[in-house]
Amino acid sequence: MTAGSTTRLLATGGRRVAGGFIALLCAIVAVFAVNFPALSGRVVDQANIIPAATRAAIEQKLADLEAKSGIQLVVATVTSLEGQEIEPYANALFRTWKLGQKEKNNGVLLLVAPKEHRVRIEVGYGLEGTLTDALSKVISSNAITPRFKTGDFAGGISRGVDDIITVLTTDSADWQPRPALRLDNAPSSDPTNWIIFAVLLVVAALCVVFPGFRWFVLNVALNILLSSGSSSSGSSSGGGGFSGGGGSSGGGGASGSW
Amino acid sequence: MSASVSRLRTVAAVAFLGLFLAACGYNAIPTYEEQAKAKWADVQNNYQRRADLIPNLVATVQGYAKQEKDVLTAVIEARAKATQVRIDVSQLDDPAKLKQFQDAQNQLSGALGRLLAVSENYPDLKSNQNFLALQSQLEGTENRIAVARRDYIEAVRVYNTTLKTFPGILWAATFFRANKPMAEFAAGENAQTPPQVKF
Repeated sequence: MTAGSTTRLLATGGRRVAGGFIALLCAIVAVFAVNFPALSGRVVDQANIIPAATRAAIEQKLADLEAKSGIQLVVATVTSLEGQEIEPYANALFRTWKLGQKEKNNGVLLLVAPKEHRVRIEVGYGLEGTLTDALSKVISSNAITPRFKTGDFAGGISRGVDDIITVLTTDSADWQPRPALRLDNAPSSDPTNWIIFAVLLVVAALCVVFPGFRWFVLNVALNILLSSGSSSSGSSSGGGGFSGGGGSSGGGGASGSW
Repeated sequence: MSASVSRLRTVAAVAFLGLFLAACGYNAIPTYEEQAKAKWADVQNNYQRRADLIPNLVATVQGYAKQEKDVLTAVIEARAKATQVRIDVSQLDDPAKLKQFQDAQNQLSGALGRLLAVSENYPDLKSNQNFLALQSQLEGTENRIAVARRDYIEAVRVYNTTLKTFPGILWAATFFRANKPMAEFAAGENAQTPPQVKF
Protein backbone atom coordinates (compact mmCIF):
# COMPACT_ATOMS: atom_id res chain seq x y z
CA MET A 1 0.00 0.00 0.00
CA THR A 2 1.43 3.39 -1.01
CA ALA A 3 1.68 6.35 1.31
CA GLY A 4 -0.87 8.29 -0.74
CA SER A 5 -3.57 5.64 -0.54
CA THR A 6 -2.95 5.26 3.18
CA THR A 7 -3.47 8.96 3.72
CA ARG A 8 -6.66 8.90 1.70
CA LEU A 9 -7.91 5.90 3.60
CA LEU A 10 -7.13 7.58 6.89
CA ALA A 11 -8.87 10.76 5.76
CA THR A 12 -12.12 8.98 4.87
CA GLY A 13 -11.70 6.97 8.03
CA GLY A 14 -11.46 10.17 10.03
CA ARG A 15 -14.68 11.53 8.58
CA ARG A 16 -16.45 8.28 9.33
CA VAL A 17 -15.02 8.20 12.83
CA ALA A 18 -16.64 11.56 13.42
CA GLY A 19 -19.94 10.25 12.04
CA GLY A 20 -19.69 7.14 14.16
CA PHE A 21 -18.93 9.18 17.23
CA ILE A 22 -22.02 11.31 16.74
CA ALA A 23 -24.09 8.15 16.20
CA LEU A 24 -22.66 6.73 19.42
CA LEU A 25 -23.51 9.91 21.32
CA CYS A 26 -27.07 9.74 20.02
CA ALA A 27 -27.31 6.11 21.09
CA ILE A 28 -26.09 6.99 24.59
CA VAL A 29 -28.61 9.79 24.83
CA ALA A 30 -31.36 7.41 23.67
CA VAL A 31 -30.38 4.80 26.25
CA PHE A 32 -30.34 7.25 29.12
CA ALA A 33 -33.51 9.04 28.10
CA VAL A 34 -35.52 6.76 30.37
CA ASN A 35 -34.92 7.09 34.08
CA PHE A 36 -35.13 3.66 35.64
CA PRO A 37 -35.34 3.34 39.40
CA ALA A 38 -32.28 1.79 41.03
CA LEU A 39 -32.40 -1.89 41.98
CA SER A 40 -32.37 -1.19 45.69
CA GLY A 41 -33.81 -4.53 46.79
CA ARG A 42 -36.16 -7.31 45.80
CA VAL A 43 -39.09 -4.94 46.11
CA VAL A 44 -38.55 -1.57 44.46
CA ASP A 45 -41.58 0.48 45.43
CA GLN A 46 -41.02 3.73 43.59
CA ALA A 47 -44.75 4.45 43.36
CA ASN A 48 -45.07 3.92 47.10
CA ILE A 49 -48.14 1.67 47.08
CA ILE A 50 -46.95 -1.24 49.24
CA PRO A 51 -47.24 -0.95 53.04
CA ALA A 52 -44.08 -1.77 55.00
CA ALA A 53 -45.45 -4.98 56.56
CA THR A 54 -46.53 -6.46 53.22
CA ARG A 55 -43.27 -5.37 51.71
CA ALA A 56 -41.23 -7.19 54.33
CA ALA A 57 -43.32 -10.34 53.90
CA ILE A 58 -42.90 -10.28 50.11
CA GLU A 59 -39.17 -9.64 50.38
CA GLN A 60 -38.82 -12.66 52.64
CA LYS A 61 -40.69 -14.87 50.15
CA LEU A 62 -38.54 -13.64 47.28
CA ALA A 63 -35.32 -14.24 49.21
CA ASP A 64 -36.50 -17.77 50.07
CA LEU A 65 -37.29 -18.42 46.42
CA GLU A 66 -33.81 -17.38 45.34
CA ALA A 67 -32.16 -19.40 48.09
CA LYS A 68 -34.14 -22.48 47.06
CA SER A 69 -34.09 -22.29 43.28
CA GLY A 70 -31.71 -19.51 42.26
CA ILE A 71 -34.60 -17.69 40.60
CA GLN A 72 -34.54 -13.92 41.01
CA LEU A 73 -38.08 -12.56 41.21
CA VAL A 74 -38.28 -8.81 41.66
CA VAL A 75 -41.34 -6.63 42.25
CA ALA A 76 -41.21 -3.09 40.94
CA THR A 77 -43.70 -0.26 41.02
CA VAL A 78 -42.94 2.86 39.01
CA THR A 79 -44.41 6.32 39.20
CA SER A 80 -44.51 6.59 35.42
CA LEU A 81 -43.73 4.63 32.28
CA GLU A 82 -42.44 7.90 30.78
CA GLY A 83 -44.74 7.70 27.79
CA GLN A 84 -43.75 4.18 26.78
CA GLU A 85 -45.87 1.08 26.46
CA ILE A 86 -45.35 -1.25 29.41
CA GLU A 87 -43.89 -4.06 27.26
CA PRO A 88 -40.75 -2.27 26.00
CA TYR A 89 -40.37 -0.52 29.36
CA ALA A 90 -40.48 -3.80 31.30
CA ASN A 91 -38.04 -5.45 28.89
CA ALA A 92 -35.57 -2.56 29.10
CA LEU A 93 -35.86 -2.45 32.91
CA PHE A 94 -35.34 -6.22 33.11
CA ARG A 95 -32.22 -5.95 30.97
CA THR A 96 -30.92 -2.95 32.91
CA TRP A 97 -31.28 -4.83 36.18
CA LYS A 98 -30.01 -8.09 34.65
CA LEU A 99 -32.33 -10.29 36.68
CA GLY A 100 -31.54 -13.97 37.02
CA GLN A 101 -28.32 -15.91 36.80
CA LYS A 102 -26.29 -15.15 33.71
CA GLU A 103 -26.06 -18.74 32.52
CA LYS A 104 -29.70 -19.57 33.22
CA ASN A 105 -31.51 -16.29 32.57
CA ASN A 106 -33.89 -17.28 35.37
CA GLY A 107 -35.30 -13.92 36.38
CA VAL A 108 -38.87 -12.66 36.62
CA LEU A 109 -40.03 -9.06 36.94
CA LEU A 110 -43.47 -8.08 38.20
CA LEU A 111 -43.89 -4.48 37.10
CA VAL A 112 -46.78 -2.29 38.24
CA ALA A 113 -47.49 1.15 36.80
CA PRO A 114 -50.38 2.55 38.87
CA LYS A 115 -50.57 5.81 36.94
CA GLU A 116 -51.02 4.05 33.59
CA HIS A 117 -53.13 1.26 35.15
CA ARG A 118 -50.85 -1.35 33.64
CA VAL A 119 -49.18 -4.42 35.05
CA ARG A 120 -46.73 -6.82 33.43
CA ILE A 121 -45.03 -10.07 34.31
CA GLU A 122 -41.77 -10.11 32.34
CA VAL A 123 -40.16 -13.53 32.19
CA GLY A 124 -36.47 -14.25 31.53
CA TYR A 125 -35.42 -16.52 28.67
CA GLY A 126 -34.73 -19.45 30.95
CA LEU A 127 -38.18 -19.58 32.56
CA GLU A 128 -40.29 -19.12 29.44
CA GLY A 129 -41.06 -22.83 29.39
CA THR A 130 -42.28 -22.86 33.03
CA LEU A 131 -43.97 -19.51 33.48
CA THR A 132 -45.53 -19.37 30.03
CA ASP A 133 -47.30 -16.41 28.50
CA ALA A 134 -50.66 -18.10 29.05
CA LEU A 135 -49.93 -18.78 32.73
CA SER A 136 -48.63 -15.25 33.24
CA LYS A 137 -51.83 -13.94 31.73
CA VAL A 138 -53.94 -16.13 34.01
CA ILE A 139 -52.05 -14.87 37.07
CA SER A 140 -52.34 -11.27 36.03
CA SER A 141 -56.03 -11.43 35.17
CA ASN A 142 -57.15 -13.66 38.07
CA ALA A 143 -54.89 -12.76 40.98
CA ILE A 144 -53.68 -9.25 40.31
CA THR A 145 -55.95 -6.97 38.28
CA PRO A 146 -59.25 -7.77 40.10
CA ARG A 147 -57.63 -6.61 43.37
CA PHE A 148 -56.05 -3.58 41.72
CA LYS A 149 -59.49 -2.59 40.48
CA THR A 150 -60.64 -2.20 44.09
CA GLY A 151 -57.48 -0.28 44.99
CA ASP A 152 -55.94 -3.19 46.89
CA PHE A 153 -52.43 -2.95 45.49
CA ALA A 154 -50.72 -4.74 48.36
CA GLY A 155 -53.17 -7.66 48.14
CA GLY A 156 -52.89 -7.94 44.37
CA ILE A 157 -49.12 -7.84 44.39
CA SER A 158 -48.66 -10.34 47.21
CA ARG A 159 -51.23 -12.71 45.69
CA GLY A 160 -49.54 -12.37 42.30
CA VAL A 161 -46.14 -13.09 43.85
CA ASP A 162 -47.57 -16.17 45.60
CA ASP A 163 -49.02 -17.48 42.35
CA ILE A 164 -45.82 -16.86 40.40
CA ILE A 165 -43.81 -18.68 43.07
CA THR A 166 -46.27 -21.57 42.98
CA VAL A 167 -45.89 -21.91 39.23
CA LEU A 168 -42.10 -21.66 39.42
CA THR A 169 -41.65 -24.15 42.22
CA THR A 170 -44.23 -26.74 41.24
CA ASP A 171 -42.38 -29.55 39.58
CA SER A 172 -43.89 -29.92 36.15
CA ALA A 173 -41.19 -32.26 34.88
CA ASP A 174 -43.57 -35.23 35.01
CA TRP A 175 -45.98 -34.02 32.42
CA GLN A 176 -44.12 -31.38 30.47
CA PRO A 177 -40.64 -31.61 28.97
CA ARG A 178 -38.71 -28.50 29.90
CA PRO A 179 -37.01 -26.71 27.05
CA ALA A 180 -33.27 -26.43 27.40
CA LEU A 181 -32.11 -23.28 29.11
CA ARG A 182 -30.87 -20.70 26.74
CA LEU A 183 -27.17 -20.04 27.02
CA ASP A 184 -26.03 -16.59 26.05
CA ASN A 185 -22.33 -17.13 26.40
CA ALA A 186 -19.89 -19.80 25.45
CA PRO A 187 -19.71 -22.26 28.36
CA SER A 188 -16.28 -21.13 29.50
CA SER A 189 -13.58 -18.73 28.52
CA ASP A 190 -10.82 -20.72 30.22
CA PRO A 191 -8.96 -21.91 27.06
CA THR A 192 -8.35 -18.34 25.84
CA ASN A 193 -7.22 -17.34 29.31
CA TRP A 194 -4.68 -20.14 29.25
CA ILE A 195 -3.42 -19.15 25.83
CA ILE A 196 -2.98 -15.55 26.94
CA PHE A 197 -1.21 -16.76 30.06
CA ALA A 198 1.15 -18.93 28.01
CA VAL A 199 1.89 -16.09 25.61
CA LEU A 200 2.64 -13.78 28.51
CA LEU A 201 5.03 -16.36 29.93
CA VAL A 202 6.85 -16.57 26.62
CA VAL A 203 6.99 -12.79 26.42
CA ALA A 204 8.37 -12.57 29.95
CA ALA A 205 11.05 -15.12 29.09
CA LEU A 206 11.99 -13.15 25.98
CA CYS A 207 12.25 -9.96 27.99
CA VAL A 208 14.85 -11.63 30.14
CA VAL A 209 16.77 -12.95 27.15
CA PHE A 210 16.62 -9.88 24.87
CA PRO A 211 16.84 -6.49 26.59
CA GLY A 212 15.90 -4.73 23.33
CA PHE A 213 12.41 -6.26 23.39
CA ARG A 214 11.52 -4.80 26.74
CA TRP A 215 10.32 -1.37 25.70
CA PHE A 216 8.11 -2.86 23.03
CA VAL A 217 6.67 -5.49 25.35
CA LEU A 218 6.05 -2.85 27.99
CA ASN A 219 4.17 -0.79 25.42
CA VAL A 220 1.98 -3.67 24.26
CA ALA A 221 1.36 -4.90 27.80
CA LEU A 222 0.34 -1.44 28.92
CA ASN A 223 -2.10 -1.19 26.01
CA ILE A 224 -3.67 -4.54 26.79
CA LEU A 225 -3.93 -3.80 30.49
CA LEU A 226 -5.58 -0.45 29.83
CA SER A 227 -8.13 -1.87 27.37
CA SER A 228 -9.01 -4.95 29.42
CA GLY A 229 -9.21 -2.92 32.61
CA SER A 230 -11.98 -0.79 31.17
CA SER A 231 -14.03 -3.69 29.84
CA SER A 232 -13.94 -6.17 32.70
CA SER A 233 -14.84 -3.90 35.57
CA GLY A 234 -18.63 -4.31 35.56
CA SER A 235 -19.03 -7.93 36.52
CA SER A 236 -18.37 -7.89 40.25
CA SER A 237 -21.43 -8.00 42.45
CA GLY A 238 -21.77 -5.47 45.22
CA GLY A 239 -21.12 -6.70 48.72
CA GLY A 240 -24.13 -6.99 50.99
CA GLY A 241 -26.71 -5.37 48.71
CA PHE A 242 -28.97 -7.07 46.21
CA SER A 243 -28.03 -7.08 42.55
CA GLY A 244 -29.02 -8.80 39.35
CA GLY A 245 -27.09 -11.87 38.28
CA GLY A 246 -26.66 -10.98 34.62
CA GLY A 247 -29.78 -12.60 33.13
CA SER A 248 -31.76 -11.33 30.18
CA SER A 249 -35.27 -11.47 28.79
CA GLY A 250 -36.64 -11.69 25.29
CA GLY A 251 -40.11 -10.36 26.01
CA GLY A 252 -41.80 -13.42 27.47
CA GLY A 253 -44.70 -12.99 29.88
CA ALA A 254 -47.97 -11.15 29.77
CA SER A 255 -49.44 -7.72 30.43
CA GLY A 256 -52.71 -6.69 31.96
CA SER A 257 -54.65 -3.54 32.71
CA TRP A 258 -57.35 -2.54 35.12
CA MET B 1 22.43 -21.70 19.45
CA SER B 2 21.80 -18.98 16.87
CA ALA B 3 19.24 -21.20 15.10
CA SER B 4 17.25 -21.65 18.30
CA VAL B 5 17.41 -17.90 19.00
CA SER B 6 16.03 -17.08 15.56
CA ARG B 7 13.25 -19.63 16.07
CA LEU B 8 12.46 -17.98 19.38
CA ARG B 9 12.29 -14.67 17.58
CA THR B 10 9.84 -16.09 15.04
CA VAL B 11 7.64 -17.44 17.81
CA ALA B 12 7.75 -14.09 19.55
CA ALA B 13 6.89 -12.28 16.33
CA VAL B 14 3.88 -14.53 15.75
CA ALA B 15 2.73 -14.05 19.34
CA PHE B 16 3.07 -10.28 19.05
CA LEU B 17 1.24 -10.26 15.74
CA GLY B 18 -1.65 -12.19 17.31
CA LEU B 19 -1.86 -9.82 20.26
CA PHE B 20 -1.46 -6.81 18.02
CA LEU B 21 -4.29 -7.91 15.70
CA ALA B 22 -6.61 -8.71 18.60
CA ALA B 23 -5.85 -5.43 20.34
CA CYS B 24 -6.54 -3.47 17.17
CA GLY B 25 -10.03 -4.79 16.61
CA TYR B 26 -9.35 -7.46 14.03
CA ASN B 27 -11.91 -9.65 15.80
CA ALA B 28 -14.61 -7.01 15.90
CA ILE B 29 -16.01 -7.50 12.41
CA PRO B 30 -16.52 -11.28 12.54
CA THR B 31 -17.77 -11.06 16.13
CA TYR B 32 -20.42 -8.45 15.38
CA GLU B 33 -21.33 -10.23 12.18
CA GLU B 34 -22.03 -13.46 14.04
CA GLN B 35 -23.99 -11.58 16.71
CA ALA B 36 -26.18 -9.93 14.10
CA LYS B 37 -26.76 -13.29 12.41
CA ALA B 38 -27.75 -14.86 15.73
CA LYS B 39 -30.19 -12.00 16.36
CA TRP B 40 -31.66 -12.56 12.93
CA ALA B 41 -32.21 -16.22 13.80
CA ASP B 42 -34.14 -15.02 16.86
CA VAL B 43 -36.30 -12.77 14.71
CA GLN B 44 -37.07 -15.57 12.30
CA ASN B 45 -37.77 -18.07 15.10
CA ASN B 46 -40.27 -15.76 16.72
CA TYR B 47 -42.10 -15.19 13.45
CA GLN B 48 -42.14 -18.96 13.00
CA ARG B 49 -43.55 -19.33 16.49
CA ARG B 50 -46.37 -17.01 15.55
CA ALA B 51 -47.04 -18.99 12.37
CA ASP B 52 -47.17 -22.18 14.47
CA LEU B 53 -49.88 -20.73 16.70
CA ILE B 54 -52.17 -19.80 13.83
CA PRO B 55 -53.66 -23.18 12.79
CA ASN B 56 -54.83 -23.70 16.38
CA LEU B 57 -56.24 -20.21 16.56
CA VAL B 58 -58.05 -20.58 13.25
CA ALA B 59 -59.52 -23.92 14.33
CA THR B 60 -60.80 -22.42 17.58
CA VAL B 61 -62.36 -19.40 15.92
CA GLN B 62 -63.89 -21.61 13.24
CA GLY B 63 -65.79 -23.52 15.90
CA TYR B 64 -67.68 -20.38 16.89
CA ALA B 65 -67.67 -18.20 13.81
CA LYS B 66 -68.02 -20.38 10.72
CA GLN B 67 -69.62 -17.59 8.74
CA GLU B 68 -66.42 -15.49 8.84
CA LYS B 69 -64.98 -17.57 6.02
CA ASP B 70 -63.30 -14.68 4.19
CA VAL B 71 -61.33 -13.55 7.21
CA LEU B 72 -60.30 -17.09 8.09
CA THR B 73 -59.11 -17.92 4.57
CA ALA B 74 -57.21 -14.64 4.41
CA VAL B 75 -55.31 -15.61 7.56
CA ILE B 76 -54.55 -19.10 6.27
CA GLU B 77 -53.32 -17.77 2.93
CA ALA B 78 -51.21 -15.04 4.49
CA ARG B 79 -49.67 -17.60 6.83
CA ALA B 80 -48.83 -19.91 3.94
CA LYS B 81 -47.17 -17.04 2.11
CA ALA B 82 -45.27 -15.83 5.16
CA THR B 83 -43.84 -19.23 6.00
CA GLN B 84 -42.50 -19.57 2.47
CA VAL B 85 -40.32 -16.48 2.73
CA ARG B 86 -37.28 -17.39 4.77
CA ILE B 87 -34.00 -15.53 4.72
CA ASP B 88 -30.74 -17.32 4.95
CA VAL B 89 -28.15 -15.48 7.06
CA SER B 90 -26.00 -15.01 3.97
CA GLN B 91 -28.78 -12.95 2.37
CA LEU B 92 -29.00 -10.37 5.12
CA ASP B 93 -27.21 -7.75 3.02
CA ASP B 94 -29.96 -7.91 0.40
CA PRO B 95 -32.56 -5.18 1.09
CA ALA B 96 -34.99 -6.56 -1.51
CA LYS B 97 -35.11 -9.95 0.14
CA LEU B 98 -35.59 -8.38 3.56
CA LYS B 99 -38.42 -6.26 2.23
CA GLN B 100 -40.10 -9.32 0.78
CA PHE B 101 -39.92 -11.02 4.18
CA GLN B 102 -41.23 -7.92 5.89
CA ASP B 103 -44.15 -7.52 3.47
CA ALA B 104 -45.22 -11.14 3.86
CA GLN B 105 -45.15 -10.88 7.66
CA ASN B 106 -46.96 -7.53 7.64
CA GLN B 107 -49.69 -9.03 5.52
CA LEU B 108 -50.09 -11.82 8.03
CA SER B 109 -50.20 -9.27 10.87
CA GLY B 110 -52.98 -7.44 9.07
CA ALA B 111 -55.01 -10.61 8.46
CA LEU B 112 -54.55 -11.65 12.11
CA GLY B 113 -55.65 -8.23 13.28
CA ARG B 114 -58.86 -8.54 11.27
CA LEU B 115 -59.47 -12.03 12.65
CA LEU B 116 -59.14 -10.80 16.22
CA ALA B 117 -61.35 -7.81 15.49
CA VAL B 118 -64.02 -10.12 14.10
CA SER B 119 -63.75 -12.34 17.18
CA GLU B 120 -65.08 -9.42 19.21
CA ASN B 121 -68.54 -10.15 17.86
CA TYR B 122 -68.75 -13.63 19.37
CA PRO B 123 -69.22 -13.57 23.17
CA ASP B 124 -68.99 -17.36 23.44
CA LEU B 125 -65.67 -17.36 21.63
CA LYS B 126 -64.35 -14.56 23.80
CA SER B 127 -65.01 -16.55 26.97
CA ASN B 128 -63.58 -19.79 25.57
CA GLN B 129 -60.58 -20.81 27.69
CA ASN B 130 -58.69 -22.22 24.75
CA PHE B 131 -59.18 -19.00 22.84
CA LEU B 132 -58.03 -16.92 25.79
CA ALA B 133 -54.88 -19.01 26.16
CA LEU B 134 -54.12 -18.77 22.45
CA GLN B 135 -54.71 -15.08 22.54
CA SER B 136 -52.24 -14.54 25.38
CA GLN B 137 -49.69 -16.70 23.57
CA LEU B 138 -50.20 -14.64 20.45
CA GLU B 139 -49.75 -11.43 22.46
CA GLY B 140 -46.56 -12.81 24.00
CA THR B 141 -45.24 -13.82 20.60
CA GLU B 142 -45.93 -10.42 19.10
CA ASN B 143 -44.01 -8.89 21.97
CA ARG B 144 -41.12 -11.31 21.49
CA ILE B 145 -41.06 -10.40 17.80
CA ALA B 146 -40.84 -6.73 18.75
CA VAL B 147 -37.96 -7.41 21.16
CA ALA B 148 -36.10 -9.64 18.69
CA ARG B 149 -36.47 -7.04 15.95
CA ARG B 150 -35.17 -4.31 18.21
CA ASP B 151 -32.18 -6.47 19.15
CA TYR B 152 -31.50 -7.28 15.51
CA ILE B 153 -31.69 -3.65 14.43
CA GLU B 154 -29.23 -2.75 17.20
CA ALA B 155 -26.85 -5.59 16.26
CA VAL B 156 -26.89 -4.51 12.61
CA ARG B 157 -26.25 -0.93 13.63
CA VAL B 158 -23.20 -1.97 15.64
CA TYR B 159 -21.92 -4.19 12.82
CA ASN B 160 -22.43 -1.59 10.11
CA THR B 161 -20.85 1.10 12.27
CA THR B 162 -17.82 -1.11 12.82
CA LEU B 163 -17.41 -1.54 9.07
CA LYS B 164 -17.48 2.22 8.55
CA THR B 165 -15.47 3.50 11.49
CA PHE B 166 -11.86 3.30 12.61
CA PRO B 167 -10.24 0.84 13.14
CA GLY B 168 -12.81 -1.50 11.59
CA ILE B 169 -12.68 0.38 8.31
CA LEU B 170 -9.02 -0.63 7.89
CA TRP B 171 -9.86 -4.29 8.34
CA ALA B 172 -12.93 -3.98 6.12
CA ALA B 173 -10.76 -2.53 3.37
CA THR B 174 -8.12 -5.24 3.65
CA PHE B 175 -8.98 -8.60 5.18
CA PHE B 176 -12.78 -8.43 5.13
CA ARG B 177 -13.50 -7.10 1.66
CA ALA B 178 -16.34 -9.60 1.27
CA ASN B 179 -18.18 -8.22 4.31
CA LYS B 180 -21.01 -5.98 3.16
CA PRO B 181 -23.11 -3.82 5.47
CA MET B 182 -26.34 -5.59 6.39
CA ALA B 183 -29.61 -4.15 5.21
CA GLU B 184 -31.39 -2.01 7.77
CA PHE B 185 -34.68 -3.45 8.93
CA ALA B 186 -36.99 -0.67 7.86
CA ALA B 187 -39.27 -0.57 10.87
CA GLY B 188 -42.73 0.15 9.51
CA GLU B 189 -44.90 2.57 11.44
CA ASN B 190 -47.14 -0.20 12.72
CA ALA B 191 -44.32 -2.72 13.11
CA GLN B 192 -42.88 -0.94 16.14
CA THR B 193 -45.94 -1.50 18.28
CA PRO B 194 -47.39 -5.00 18.30
CA PRO B 195 -50.98 -5.25 17.11
CA GLN B 196 -53.18 -4.47 20.07
CA VAL B 197 -55.04 -7.56 21.16
CA LYS B 198 -57.39 -6.18 23.78
CA PHE B 199 -60.62 -7.60 25.12
